[in-house]
Amino acid sequence: MISDDTPIVLEAQHITKHFPGVVANDDVSLHLRQGEILALLGENGAGKSTLMNILYGLYHQDAGEIWVRGVPQRIASPYEAIKLGIGMVHQHFQLVPVMTVAENVMLGAEMTRLGFFLDISQAVKHIQAISRQYGLVVDPHALVANLPVGTQQRVEIVKALYRHADILILDEPTAVLTPQESAELFQIMRSLTRQQKSIIFITHKLGEVLTVADRIIVLRGGHVVGETTPSATTQSQLAAMMVGREVLLRVQKKPAQPGAVVLETRGLCVLDDRQRMAVDGVDLQVRAGEILGIAGVQGNGQTELVAALTGLRVPVAGSITVNGHEVAGATPRRISELGVAHIPEDRQREGLVTSYPLIDNAVLEMYYQPPFARGVRVDQPAKLGHTQRLVAEFDVRTPNIYVAANALSGGNQQKFIVAREFSRPINVLIAAQPTRGIDVGSIEFIHQQIVRKRDEGMAVLLVSAELDEIIALSDRIAVMYRGKFVALLDAATVNREQLGLLMAGGV
Amino acid sequence: MPSYRRGISRQQIIAAFFAIIGILILLGYAPHLGQPDATISRLTFGLGGPVLDVPTAIVMFSIGIIYFSSGIPGLLRRWERTTRWALWLNSLLFVPMVLIAAAAGKQTNVLTMIAETLRLGTPLALGALAGLYCERSGVINIAIEGMMLFGAAFGFAALIFTGNIWLGVLTAILLGGIAALLHGWLSIHLQTDQIVSGTVINILAIGVTGYLRRSYLLSSPGGRVTLSTIPIPLLSDIPLIGNVLFNNKPIFYMMLVLIVSTHIALFYTRWGLRIRAVGENPRAADILGINVYRTRYLNVVVGGMIAGLAGAWFSLETVGSFDDGMTSGKGFIALAAMIFGKWTPFGAFGGAMLFGFAEALGTRFQILNVELWGSPLPIQFLQTLPYITTIVVLAGLIGRATPPAAIGQPYKK
Amino acid sequence: MTETTQQHEQLRWKLPAWRLIKYLGLSFLVPVLAVFTALVLGALIIWLTGKDWMAAYIGLWQGSFGSPGAIAATLVRSTPFIITGLAVALGFKAGLFNIGAEGQLYAGALLAVVVGTSLVGWPAVIHVPLAIVAGAVGGMVWGAIPGYLKARTGAHEVINTIMLNYIALRMTEWLIKNRTPYILGDPLDASGSRTRFIAASAVLPHIPNTNLHVGILMAGLLTFLVYWLLYHTTIGFEVRTIGANPAAARYAGIRVPRTMVLAMALSGMLAGLAGAGEVLGVERALKTDFFSGLGFDSIAVALLARSNPLAMIASGLLWGGLLNGARLMQVRAELSIDVIKIVQALIIMFVAADQIVRWIYRIRPHEPGDEMTFSRGWGT
Repeated sequence: MISDDTPIVLEAQHITKHFPGVVANDDVSLHLRQGEILALLGENGAGKSTLMNILYGLYHQDAGEIWVRGVPQRIASPYEAIKLGIGMVHQHFQLVPVMTVAENVMLGAEMTRLGFFLDISQAVKHIQAISRQYGLVVDPHALVANLPVGTQQRVEIVKALYRHADILILDEPTAVLTPQESAELFQIMRSLTRQQKSIIFITHKLGEVLTVADRIIVLRGGHVVGETTPSATTQSQLAAMMVGREVLLRVQKKPAQPGAVVLETRGLCVLDDRQRMAVDGVDLQVRAGEILGIAGVQGNGQTELVAALTGLRVPVAGSITVNGHEVAGATPRRISELGVAHIPEDRQREGLVTSYPLIDNAVLEMYYQPPFARGVRVDQPAKLGHTQRLVAEFDVRTPNIYVAANALSGGNQQKFIVAREFSRPINVLIAAQPTRGIDVGSIEFIHQQIVRKRDEGMAVLLVSAELDEIIALSDRIAVMYRGKFVALLDAATVNREQLGLLMAGGV
Repeated sequence: MPSYRRGISRQQIIAAFFAIIGILILLGYAPHLGQPDATISRLTFGLGGPVLDVPTAIVMFSIGIIYFSSGIPGLLRRWERTTRWALWLNSLLFVPMVLIAAAAGKQTNVLTMIAETLRLGTPLALGALAGLYCERSGVINIAIEGMMLFGAAFGFAALIFTGNIWLGVLTAILLGGIAALLHGWLSIHLQTDQIVSGTVINILAIGVTGYLRRSYLLSSPGGRVTLSTIPIPLLSDIPLIGNVLFNNKPIFYMMLVLIVSTHIALFYTRWGLRIRAVGENPRAADILGINVYRTRYLNVVVGGMIAGLAGAWFSLETVGSFDDGMTSGKGFIALAAMIFGKWTPFGAFGGAMLFGFAEALGTRFQILNVELWGSPLPIQFLQTLPYITTIVVLAGLIGRATPPAAIGQPYKK
Repeated sequence: MTETTQQHEQLRWKLPAWRLIKYLGLSFLVPVLAVFTALVLGALIIWLTGKDWMAAYIGLWQGSFGSPGAIAATLVRSTPFIITGLAVALGFKAGLFNIGAEGQLYAGALLAVVVGTSLVGWPAVIHVPLAIVAGAVGGMVWGAIPGYLKARTGAHEVINTIMLNYIALRMTEWLIKNRTPYILGDPLDASGSRTRFIAASAVLPHIPNTNLHVGILMAGLLTFLVYWLLYHTTIGFEVRTIGANPAAARYAGIRVPRTMVLAMALSGMLAGLAGAGEVLGVERALKTDFFSGLGFDSIAVALLARSNPLAMIASGLLWGGLLNGARLMQVRAELSIDVIKIVQALIIMFVAADQIVRWIYRIRPHEPGDEMTFSRGWGT
């Protein structure tokens, strides 16, 4: 067991880090003991990742010290962190997809013959030994691109262990996993700590913290706001600490009053970029005045489904009807003109032209329609008034409407997109990950707006990787697994465990 | 963006191409079919080698039928999978088809044709390798043309001023490297758009080499010295291929060695693993302690030096002098060869030889005096063959060949 | 960041006009410094080769802007640079790198010559516009081909436009040099390097006794038209959006492939117009080496103007002036004319990699949203 006598392997003292305009870490101190799982809890933007990137040598603190095993260290680069036995698994895996597991693992610390030629077979043996020791099953010869996300994560852990890391930093490791895969990861983590490895585990999910951590540190706005243990706290206490006030874990909403079917697909099949069947015979119906949530682990065809519904991808089979019009394979413009709004999954890539001023982004889909254009001529005053209305009504925090969209924070960008979509004459909303990576205030606001639109009779299709969001907003929930709807449930009676099992392909 | 494309698919375009050629062949040779004294295309294989007499009309007509009958179903999207292999067969038949058509009623030496292809493919293969080194590490290199030009001009200048042709080759390599260093500085260090940076090098090369030529080279007495042929003992005596492969000039040999050694370096050594990692995911490589900037610089410069060597091929191995813009777009064709070869050394070699063949064909057509509609085919038409091939190959292949993932993006720490 | 600078920041955001002026100032400052630096380096090169750089630059100035005659010649010389600069800039705005202006110039000039040499006896009022339209069509077709290939197959326009340059050049050679029969070549021209002269009715109106033709007015008009198209029409919005963010353009319902072809066709059309202008206004016949290097120069002109259509006039005049003055410089300082090519290459380098200039003169780096995208990698 971990006690006050267990040696401290890693210690951060009074770390302060500024970025232009923000203080990411303000006098943050923490320590990690050998064989311990320390959970670092906080909202998006609380400074968790910054702190870990400092420990891993990706950023450098403006003030403060880092001690590794009792020795003060200046960690100038990840390479030096690795040499000190610190390994990190990033939220976005740092793997080369077109290479094999063995190549990825040994990259930078290659096993060679004659000091020059790669010795794959020796590396494979080494990886297999690590696999056995910690229960991390990976095939060293597999191509990383062909591995499921959970396995890729294991490759990352093997990569760290191959370099003899005994301090592991896991940055939001469960964000991409099913509840079952998460449970497996937790077992691996315990197996690692039993063998005297120490782990810092970053998350914003309260349940996980209570399950797996030995100790919990909560960050908010760059400060440490609390330290506790799972036995001494509850989910709602942690939530309050994390957000700084009581949060509504449920969205206030009246029972749905579903009307006619507005959006419908039959036997819809869509290929992904690699020509595999990503959506495989989906039948769905969304009625006016209801929210249909689509739950599922990322990469089970949700992206392609949304792309097909909005005209960005041509389905290979099946039909899509919007308000009775067949739109399978129709252009995005035709679908949009039929009254379908789309909050895209990636707001910076699709939802906005980030280099354009807001005034241009405000009419991104309507630029050719009156009153914004007369013939081919653009009507600037009409755009101006429209943009000002959007910004005012949706409380978009911006200095003026001429700034480029990339000058706005994520939450304000998203509010702006929602404002733009809602300003059009629409009766279907397709919202993909509408609140990913934005602050709690904006999340609440956007949730309220979506529910308001539902109550006004709009049909809403909500795709989200956040189970809580799906449960809180949806009236009905469809679970998507490997391109198919494996279940259609009533949101009022559903529970997390049941959903989690379905998302993982269980029945 | 293949998945968003509506309308005609790439395969349909290729199928249409073959179908049209099929129709043209059928129409062209049908009148000759039943004639008693059938025209013969005589293919020879070197002096004293075997001779192959091919009845032109019958063989061409058969090929026409194959093209037509595989091209038409290829137009239908429904059968895309089954017609794909047929289209590949069509591509393979293309080379003998052209040769037989060209040699109708005459004879042509196939071995000479192969030798010419190898010779003309040499600068392209080198250029493709130059591009490959850069691009595998994540830097687009459209400046191969300019680096070649630098190499050609300064290599020749060094020959004139020192009288030593090998010093010329060395200078060419060096200048290619220096031009590449500039490309590296602009695109790696200053993070300029890599295509703009390449264009800068290309324009700079035209200016500098033109200035060099008019200011210094024109007035100097320059004998038309070129690198001499070095037959490799024993190997050059192998019948048929010995003379073609092993009785050649030095830069050709260097090209062969570079192709093989690049393949080994890229896929079997630590260095190669790191290059590929930097080109695919520089951040991952950086985190693991691999110096992304140094790797990219090194690769860009190595690529530039190879491009410089390719430049030496023009002025020192082939022509023996330097003319303005003497690389005439070969640097860009080399890039197409590299893409054709899917960023692998052997693939790039294959691509280079395809373009070399297109060029050799132009010359061959001229020698055989091939006629089109009763008058000789204008030489300019033949000269455009490599350019048209490049466009067709690129249109047919890009999108199916995946470039290194990090290409074109400057790495910011 | 301290509080006062934060307030200052906010103040700055609140005054778009102020910001605009500052932005314009900066966007002029960098190209001007780039030209200056390139000229200094050019002087250094001239000095290093043992020639008199002062004499060279005085010659350069007198030959370009030093007398009314020189100015007229510079205007004539600059016309094609302004127009092809617009062509390249239009491509840049759509995220397409049109290195094919040269081929499009030939294509436009060829069709203009065909119309100009046939239709003899027609009134100039009809003949001139017809010949100009022919030039526009020629360039348009030659530009649309790589646009189509890019949109359909993803084949990179940089390689394809260069290949089409060579093809256009070879075709021009064939049309001019073929003697059996003569196609466009002039039987009276012994060297066989030019086409027949166009009919007098197809010649662009001139200021008497000079070479100054209405082409320069056409350039001015086109500059304004391109500006209007890009910033005040829905077509321009579509073109700029596919350049700035193709994924968002698709999301917005813009047909990206079609817009790509359109942008390349318009770009080619501008180059074709420039080609027609040169043939109809200056030479009255087409020579095989007429536009050699003009395609690359037009890239430089576009970069120098930072793809801003309105800045193209200044940028084109500078370029034409440099080339026009180079002849006098050559005489005065006994220099190869290629020195100017080097200076020009340096100008492009400094404009394209403006980080160098910013570094030399300690100018602040880009703000977000201020960067220019020129092009993209293979197949995307």
